[in-house]
Amino acid sequence: MPYKTLKDLPVEEYFGPGHRLCQGCGAGIIARLVTKVAGANTIIVNATGCVEVSTTFYPDTAWGLPYIHVAFENSAAVASGVRAAYNAMVRKGIVDKNPNVIVLAGDGGTADIGIQSLSGALERGDHILYICYDNEAYMNTGIQRSGATPYGAWTTTSPPGKLSPGQKTTKKDLVEIAVAHGIKYAATATVAYLIDAANKIEKALNTPGATFMHFLSPCTPGWRIDTANTIKVSRLAVQTALWPLYEVVDGEYITTVKVPKRLPVIEYLKIQGRFRHLLNKPEEVAKIQAYADKLAEKFGYGPISP
Amino acid sequence: MKTILLSGNTALSYAVKQLDVDVISAYPITPQTTMVEKLSEYVANGELDAEFIPVESEHSALSSVLAASAAGARVFTSTSSQGLLLMHEIMFITAGLRLPVVMGIADRAVSAPINIWNDHSDIMAQRDAGWISFFAESAQESYDRTIQAYRIAEDENVHLPVNLNFDGFILTHTYEPVTPIDDELVLKYAPKRRRKLVLDPNNPMTFGGLGSPEYYFEAKYQAIKALEGSLKTIIEADKEYERISGRGYGLYNAYMTEGSDTILVSLGSVGGSIREIVRRMRGEGAKVGSLSLKLFRPFPAKELAEVLSKTKCVVVLDKASSPGTIGGPLFLEVQATLKSFDINVPAINIIAGLGGREIGPDDIRLMFRKGLKVVSDKKVDKLLDYVGVYL
Repeated sequence: MPYKTLKDLPVEEYFGPGHRLCQGCGAGIIARLVTKVAGANTIIVNATGCVEVSTTFYPDTAWGLPYIHVAFENSAAVASGVRAAYNAMVRKGIVDKNPNVIVLAGDGGTADIGIQSLSGALERGDHILYICYDNEAYMNTGIQRSGATPYGAWTTTSPPGKLSPGQKTTKKDLVEIAVAHGIKYAATATVAYLIDAANKIEKALNTPGATFMHFLSPCTPGWRIDTANTIKVSRLAVQTALWPLYEVVDGEYITTVKVPKRLPVIEYLKIQGRFRHLLNKPEEVAKIQAYADKLAEKFGYGPISP
Repeated sequence: MKTILLSGNTALSYAVKQLDVDVISAYPITPQTTMVEKLSEYVANGELDAEFIPVESEHSALSSVLAASAAGARVFTSTSSQGLLLMHEIMFITAGLRLPVVMGIADRAVSAPINIWNDHSDIMAQRDAGWISFFAESAQESYDRTIQAYRIAEDENVHLPVNLNFDGFILTHTYEPVTPIDDELVLKYAPKRRRKLVLDPNNPMTFGGLGSPEYYFEAKYQAIKALEGSLKTIIEADKEYERISGRGYGLYNAYMTEGSDTILVSLGSVGGSIREIVRRMRGEGAKVGSLSLKLFRPFPAKELAEVLSKTKCVVVLDKASSPGTIGGPLFLEVQATLKSFDINVPAINIIAGLGGREIGPDDIRLMFRKGLKVVSDKKVDKLLDYVGVYL
């Protein structure tokens, strides 16, 4: 630590390449990176969702680490249980090492159905790293809107129509919610900035108590993007300030990837089919631009460069 | 050990302390609260070396002890009523993952109307979750069964969760003399062993994977068979416990069932009251008997059939309802047992005591009279009747 280039990342793999996630899936990249950085002494807790169904299809498993999936809404509580078990067993001399305990849960499992158990674990300060891979809708069930779907996006339950622009609400700010619990470390990340993400994972794991990471995770069928564009769209999310990269250390906000010259949000919107219906509606694009401008101001991103 | 004064709740807590449980997780709900209060005290005082997770819901309580169990810890949780209903989803998963979780249930009515008093609606709604399910009649029995529960749940041939039912307030809050067994004896009887299938970085394993139609049925079948097969372990565990403590409970308590005209079948604390009425009615010349069932899952059908085959009418008392069908949950089991074992004894169902409605001596006498009437009339007038409802 800190990692400077991809060459610095551990060569060990704990996430098997034979999983059944889609080509270009952001979550697969996240799972691989997280397990690499965390290493062998780690237990993975997974909420119901794409990653779970695609990596544990019995009798196959993609996991080279101990892994548990229980249900959709309780992964933080499951992680608390694993942590408590190891705390007790180490103290009593039943086992010798206390492992990392990492949750991987989607945006539905985090922002919606799982937010109660997440809040409980964060408030108790149980030593776990909770990672939300946010693909901005219920992708596993067929692209239904969630509390993390961005304004204007098409999903099967936020269809644009005469009376609707698509998703009518803005994303829940999960990092703010996590920080409000007084946790010592929270951060955003995305797959276009792997070194930034890797350093944050390591920092989170080395921070006592509960930590939280919010990973933007492109979904190629759900976002209606080319399977080759996962990294590109992630990078555009950052460069338009729709997904600023920052960390919150003990309440202090630090921008980790600076963007001196921003791109207009239209660059991000126009390569995604889920925003296609907005492209001839400048007033809607303007609303999204205004949202990005606010984030840019908050995290010190530069002006839009023509 | 010397006899001490404990309530149903604190008797359970005392056993959990002696069992050296590693992780406890619970959410407060009346009338379970004094149980977790006591456990919190034990942990805070250092009398029990355990992690206590003060979760934000019952759903998380069961989820976290499930996970702690998967990690290899000995665990305990407890709840009641609405809390148990909130755990419903995770109860199936606990059994499906074959984890030896032990849970105390202070049985209580289910909303609406909201009601904090005893009946069995909460546990009956969990009937098919795949857990072993005991019912107790006293604080002593709650204590003893808790110790048995860990030995049974953690047995390699069982590997299933166990719930211990004791009636809300009637047992949970009534103080009775309880004689515990020695700490060392508890751990000798129910020793802590490192299980082979646990979440361990030295031996990575995937828990809770997806079972496609090609595999789901087999996994489910094995869990069903394990529950059926657990009966043998349950009987052995009780016999061994009797050997070391002098107290065994069996699968049921049969009182004056031999040569009876009518047997009243019940679950839980009401059994004691029924036996007292049986004693009095026998004195008055009525040939009545009582069968208080101690184990609801696995349902000891064969053993029950043997007792019931020797009477002339079976009256089943349900402290729960199954609206829209021919009787309450216990009645359905008993009636199916009689028919399945070709026992030609008529059975009727009484639903009583819902939401803590008192079941008094006169109510129990009325139940017996209904059974005796079936015998004298040689026919069943009313398959299902309600006692103690005033409308």
